[in-house]
Amino acid sequence: MNTRVLDIPVARGRRRRLAGIPLAWALPLILPALLLGGAELAVRGGLLPANLMPPPSEVARTLAWLAGHGLGAHVAASTARVAAGFLCGAGIAVLLGSLVALERRAAAVLEPTLQALRAIPSLAWVPLLLLWFGIDELPKLLLIAIGAFFPVYTGVVSGFGGVDRKLVEVGQLYRLAPAALVRRVLLPAAMPAILTGLRTGLSLAWMFMVAAELIAATRGLGYLLSDGRETSRADIVLAAIVLLALLGKLSDMGMVALERRLLSWRDDFSGARGRGGKAGGSAA
Amino acid sequence: MSFLEIQVDEKRFGERIVLKDLRLALARGEILSLVGPSGCGKSTLLSIVAGLDRQVRAAVRLDGAPIAGQGVGDGIGFVFQEPRLFPWLDVGRNIAFGNTGSRGSGGTAVTAPDIEALLAEVGLAGYAAHLPRQLSGGQAQRVAIARGLHTRPRVLLMDEPFSAVDAITRIKLQDLLARVARERGLTVLLVTHDIDEAVQLSDSIVLLDRQPGPPRTRIDVNAALGTARPRARGDARAARLKADILAMLEAEAAA
Repeated sequence: MNTRVLDIPVARGRRRRLAGIPLAWALPLILPALLLGGAELAVRGGLLPANLMPPPSEVARTLAWLAGHGLGAHVAASTARVAAGFLCGAGIAVLLGSLVALERRAAAVLEPTLQALRAIPSLAWVPLLLLWFGIDELPKLLLIAIGAFFPVYTGVVSGFGGVDRKLVEVGQLYRLAPAALVRRVLLPAAMPAILTGLRTGLSLAWMFMVAAELIAATRGLGYLLSDGRETSRADIVLAAIVLLALLGKLSDMGMVALERRLLSWRDDFSGARGRGGKAGGSAA
Repeated sequence: MSFLEIQVDEKRFGERIVLKDLRLALARGEILSLVGPSGCGKSTLLSIVAGLDRQVRAAVRLDGAPIAGQGVGDGIGFVFQEPRLFPWLDVGRNIAFGNTGSRGSGGTAVTAPDIEALLAEVGLAGYAAHLPRQLSGGQAQRVAIARGLHTRPRVLLMDEPFSAVDAITRIKLQDLLARVARERGLTVLLVTHDIDEAVQLSDSIVLLDRQPGPPRTRIDVNAALGTARPRARGDARAARLKADILAMLEAEAAA
């Protein structure tokens, strides 16, 4: 059986090393290492004021100190808000998006209103949410849900709308009932766009969580940010930023892993890069 | 009585009439090629027979029983111009797509004996677990043919099935179709642009005009060539028949 061997360039790349570290791991680390090292030296050399730009080593010490003083509770509070808000917003977006994409009448009723709402910058809702619901948990969750809603909604609608008519025709040829057509043809074909929407929605959920916590919170990373500013502790602000970067990256990596798993059938550039030599192996 | 009878009273796209008073009759096991200029309604006719196009006044009878608007499964198989495989399903699941019980993605590969037999029949034994992106164009079209055969059709409708592959692959696929049709006793309605293909594969060739109406010309290829299928390639009489058909098509285009 003839199989396409795709893993030769990858295998050669794997053997290259930089200071004993595989090149693929070393390359992304060069720039952060330079920036951190440069900042450390600049502050110690007196080029930057230490109260405004604490050296990375001090930020690390602050992180370690915070870890023993309630940092876990802050991280947990923020993560729980993002999770709850994202699940609500994305869940409703998937439902409404599917309805709009698959039911012409629902589209006629819902689509113009949703497009109009989408035009409102989501942060404009903040004063209204505060007026209506005070500074409790509910307005925070609602804001995060609103932030996550629109990218997911757009992804679902464009995903279903972009399904190749020729594949739908094959489904019709086999006389699939509407529900089976959705499950077996439309949903898998729309999945790439839906997952892209979910991924964007999740990153926006983190952003709106910070906005909500900056406005009014007694716990969470946004609270740490605002508390650090009020007490002139740039090291705490930077520590919170580092944590937000890590958490955002972690959740995004989760989404990427989900994409890889669900869309391993895709035949595109990013797929071929991420997949490496798997195609040749599975064919054997 | 003919095995497959098609009667299209009228098919319009908006104001434009595409097909009118068209009758086609195929005997059991006959391969009939539809040849004609682009836009003469050849593909539309196949869609009508397959039940994909229902905005039409037409009647299709298979072995005496009406089937119009039923889709595949009632003895009809369909092969498109492009393979139209579902990229998220492996080859086995693509072939078995018509099985109502088969699920979408996930789980173990479909390696039922009938799928393996079909794959062997189209020359792709052992490919059940491959994904469409791992196939060449010719291999993908072989899978599409296997999918068309999976419902055990008595009639196979083919819409320019070999037009998107290179010349060598096309000849191999044509030979595959000739063999499968003979072994299974299939009745085939083949839409094609390729007159060589029509002459090589068919029992009859029907020329459709751009002007909607009953087809003017039906050629009995077996009588014209003096040989029944399967035919050797490069026959001198086949070349003459091709020239005649081209002349007829050009005369129609000039008229």
